[in-house]
Amino acid sequence: MHRLLRLLGREFVIGVPFSWLAFFFFLPFLILAYISFVDMGNDIHPFKPLWDSATGVVNLKYENYVSIFRAEGGALFDTLYLESYGRSIKYAFATATLCLAIGYPFAYFLARASAHLRPALLMMVMLPFWTSFLLRVYAWKGILADQGLLNQLLLALGLIAEPIQMLYTDVSMLVGMSYVYLPFMVLPLYANLVKLDYSLLEAAYDLGATPWKAFWLVTVPLSKAGIIAGFMLVFIPALGEFVIPSLLGGPENLMIGRVVWDEMFTANNWPRASALAVVMIGAIVVPLALYYRHRGQAEAQH
Amino acid sequence: MKFLAKHFGKAWMVLVYAFLYLPLLFMIVFSFNSTRQDARFTGFSLRWYEALTRDSKIVEGFFLSLKVATVTGLLSATLGTFAAFVLVRYQRFFGRTLFSGMVNAPLVMPEVVIGLSLLLLMVGAQNLLGWPERGMLTIILGHTLMGMAYAMVVVQSRLLEMDRSIEEAAMDLGARPYQVFFLVTLPNIFQAILAAFLLSFTLSFDDVVISEFLSGPGVNTLPQVIFGYARRGINPTIYAAATLLIATVTIVIVSYSVWVARQTRRREREIAAATRAELAAIGR
Repeated sequence: MHRLLRLLGREFVIGVPFSWLAFFFFLPFLILAYISFVDMGNDIHPFKPLWDSATGVVNLKYENYVSIFRAEGGALFDTLYLESYGRSIKYAFATATLCLAIGYPFAYFLARASAHLRPALLMMVMLPFWTSFLLRVYAWKGILADQGLLNQLLLALGLIAEPIQMLYTDVSMLVGMSYVYLPFMVLPLYANLVKLDYSLLEAAYDLGATPWKAFWLVTVPLSKAGIIAGFMLVFIPALGEFVIPSLLGGPENLMIGRVVWDEMFTANNWPRASALAVVMIGAIVVPLALYYRHRGQAEAQH
Repeated sequence: MKFLAKHFGKAWMVLVYAFLYLPLLFMIVFSFNSTRQDARFTGFSLRWYEALTRDSKIVEGFFLSLKVATVTGLLSATLGTFAAFVLVRYQRFFGRTLFSGMVNAPLVMPEVVIGLSLLLLMVGAQNLLGWPERGMLTIILGHTLMGMAYAMVVVQSRLLEMDRSIEEAAMDLGARPYQVFFLVTLPNIFQAILAAFLLSFTLSFDDVVISEFLSGPGVNTLPQVIFGYARRGINPTIYAAATLLIATVTIVIVSYSVWVARQTRRREREIAAATRAELAAIGR
């Protein structure tokens, strides 16, 4: 009896989250994939069956995918969709690189701060993260605007003669994105650097290495795992960013998330939006799979 | 060289903290500005706070967000605890790989994809069953899908570092499995569950993208209202909202940290006292 109850308990504990996820994560994904093959035509019904009930012929519409790579009458790979995918990858890469450049020295000095100060310093990194992401992005709009704080400051200091446009350009995009994602870079780097074995650095000094050389030959290689983890943690969410380009970017800074949105709600082309989303998942799964393979290999070596 | 390096470190940290806090300070200062002026402080006033309380869209959005985030937080913490328990304690069951993939996927999936696919599910269900209407319920479902993944990560790390021998001790002393869970395991991971609730509450309270996909006409969460205003231009009312939010978050986070620190100290004291008592009993 007890055995049975216990077994039922186990089924229950597994069953609850499992069925929740199957229904609200897996099933929607299948529907997404399904609709990406529907030929919506003129009857505007994205849920119509893919097969002809009379003849039993399955009719998959590949055009939704083809049109991503080739516009009607255009050359291959010359479409607005691919352009926005490319732009998303470019911004995500630039953001991750910037975050690394700002975050690595920061995490390094944070890890070397005195032990009783570290929790407070770390909490100060996390605190902005807990306040609204949307509001923090919005604040940059006021800071970077033509009549904004930064321009007024630079004018007052006499560094510039007239306001420079920063808002709705690459500058505002990259400032906003690296601002938002910086903690995602700092935390894994810090976790890695704080465990660094200082006796290895001392050994390097004893063998005659300068601090600079020891840093590049000992510290950086040892923190490789943290660098890669931080890079992924910034790159992946930055790729699908929706809010920052909407608030801080102009029409030239369109990223793929916004394109999916427009396709869905402005063009009302559900199959195309679904196909774009499926390709987007691909763009995220590939670097992720490479990362896990690399990590698996690194762990196997140890 | 060493002198330079030391000061470079401090200077770099100060600069990065300034970068992190500049937007927050900017909003706090300019929420008290007397005019719509963007970069010049023209005088102290509370007019934007007054405007905030009179803006019915913001007030309604706030209460909706509060409801959504509370339910999301509770659901996410519960489901996340279930999922963490499954992943840590049940090493072998049918579909484990699929399960761990599904739990973790919302962490890396773009919100746009989550929002779109859930919208398709809801529309499909509505076509088929006439239910659910797009609105608060569908927003909560979307937020919980994401919140649960984060809650799972928080609870999982606590479960992994928990000392299982105390559970075994309880079992040896004759406790039933459910007693072990409620009397030993749950108090041990409670701190993490609370953190998971706070995290998923915050994520929900802050989310724009999933809400934009899943909300119906006339149903707008606070971030959706703010997002609408923000795209139109500068509006100090939003700065006032931001200032209130920053104050709330700071109070909650600081008191949570103080509570955790106090708990940790109390536990250390109790362990020390127990050790002393034991040593005394042995007669040393």
